[in-house]
Amino acid sequence: MVQNKTFSARLGKVIIYAIVILLGLICLLPLWNIVAISFSSSEAVAANAVGLTPINFTTKAYTMIMQDGQFWRSFSISIQRVILSLIINMILIVLMAYPLSKSKRNFRGRNIYMNLIIFAMLFNGGMIPTYLVVKNLDLLNTIWSLVLPGAVQIFSIILVMNFFIGVPKSLEEAAIMDGANPWQILIKVYIPISLPALATVALFSIVGNWNDFFSGLIYMTKVSNYPIMTYIQSLSIDIQDILKAGANSSQLENIMEVSNRNLNAAKIVISTIPLLLIYPILQKYFITGIVVGSVKE
Amino acid sequence: MLLPGMIFLFIFSYIPMFGIIMAFQDYIPAKGLLGSEFVGFDHFTYMFSLPDIGQIFSNTIVIALGKIVLGTLMAIVFSILLNEVRIKLLKKSIQTVVYLPHFLSWVVLASVVLNMFNLDGTVNQILTFFGFEKLNFLGSNKLFQPLIIGTDVWKEFGFNSIVYLAAITAIDPGLHEAAGIDGANWWKRVWHITLPGMLPIILLLAILSLPNILNAGFDQIYNLYSPMVYETGDILDTYVYRIGLIGREYSFGTAVGLFKSLIGLVLILSANNAAKKYTDRKLF
Repeated sequence: MVQNKTFSARLGKVIIYAIVILLGLICLLPLWNIVAISFSSSEAVAANAVGLTPINFTTKAYTMIMQDGQFWRSFSISIQRVILSLIINMILIVLMAYPLSKSKRNFRGRNIYMNLIIFAMLFNGGMIPTYLVVKNLDLLNTIWSLVLPGAVQIFSIILVMNFFIGVPKSLEEAAIMDGANPWQILIKVYIPISLPALATVALFSIVGNWNDFFSGLIYMTKVSNYPIMTYIQSLSIDIQDILKAGANSSQLENIMEVSNRNLNAAKIVISTIPLLLIYPILQKYFITGIVVGSVKE
Repeated sequence: MLLPGMIFLFIFSYIPMFGIIMAFQDYIPAKGLLGSEFVGFDHFTYMFSLPDIGQIFSNTIVIALGKIVLGTLMAIVFSILLNEVRIKLLKKSIQTVVYLPHFLSWVVLASVVLNMFNLDGTVNQILTFFGFEKLNFLGSNKLFQPLIIGTDVWKEFGFNSIVYLAAITAIDPGLHEAAGIDGANWWKRVWHITLPGMLPIILLLAILSLPNILNAGFDQIYNLYSPMVYETGDILDTYVYRIGLIGREYSFGTAVGLFKSLIGLVLILSANNAAKKYTDRKLF
């Protein structure tokens, strides 16, 4: 861009930088506020005095969580769920995307499978019939009820398939010349070349499974089986119940004051840490992955 | 290679589709799908005779449409502005920060929103500081929809800007240079070069977002609403959950869900065709 050194152009630049930085802060500060609350004394939190720095700095909330057995049980259920789902999702994504990336000439019946998959993406039986299937398979209250219904990530399959279609044909032909079978081609040619796309869908799988509270809510009848987000969600239920009994908002305020908001904040902070750990590693991949794979020419 | 995936797809996608039959039955769990009595379209006629249903539909559409329109506008404006930031480190850090809320669960963000918007929350502290009245965002039927739309835009605008940023980068910088030599200022260049350059992708995403017109966001509303704001906050998905699963009206819940799925299906197929026709691209 041509540098325009007039005063108004510089002023414009300053305004643009200010707006962009402001938007960044708007995204960051509310999250930071929770961190500050988690390190503040409960009196300060109840008085709504906590801004961006903790008031009466204390780690009491965190030491209390250390003794909260249910929190860590839910935490480990979520970890198990994420790992199991990641393995199953990734295997199925690669296995399905590879044959579907072949042309109709090389893989007869491709369009039939494709249509079946797309139809399942666009239309589903809905919440209640799906719940009944999981129930009839005796999966309620097991970790498999959280993992198996989401085993086939259709959107991710299409994303990876589009990435596979973009891989130069000559690479595959060269591998065939060297005597490679389809499995070797998939593992040694396609997978290494598609790491950005695979990292993107891995991120989707991890984030989706970690963040989901709803399957835990409907498929788990015992609180001891709740994954972490369902557990955290259930913390706010006490307030909801009292509201349903017809409390007005001043009563709500009282309830909020006696409840341990800094403790809940600390639980939220800890439950977010696993995401923050993988986020920087995968961030450099997902931008390319999304731009390349999301839209088909 | 396809077999394992297809088996899962069959069990968890196609078998539940058979469950749709219960929308036309008086489903009793003890009798099962085969034993329950068929009642035809009774549940559907009942649905349309309910006094709330019109309100629920309009809530769903208003919230979803608000999210799509404001979210798109915000993402476009942000990507144009961010593109002007030339300090690499600053640009990178801002990107990292604005993408972050997208990856956090509504369970977590609901607490963040509650902290900001409750009666003594930060927003109300700011309002009173400037001499305004306190607003009861979470308990007022008037303010609940703007709150839902606004916080969703906040969560997603950064992430949505990824695609627009890519589109801006793809615009030939020669065009900007030529316009600069001709004396066009920044506004004129944005208006006559950047925006037209982004138009195909804006159009495509706008068309493809239309099928979501009935998806107003279950997770967000479920975590933020209360009986005080059912009037303007209840959407189809929360309604199905409350009536169908909690109230154990399986058949009725399925009927409402089926209605929503069918409209969604029609919308997405038309959107895909429209995208193919007008922008020469498609989703599948």
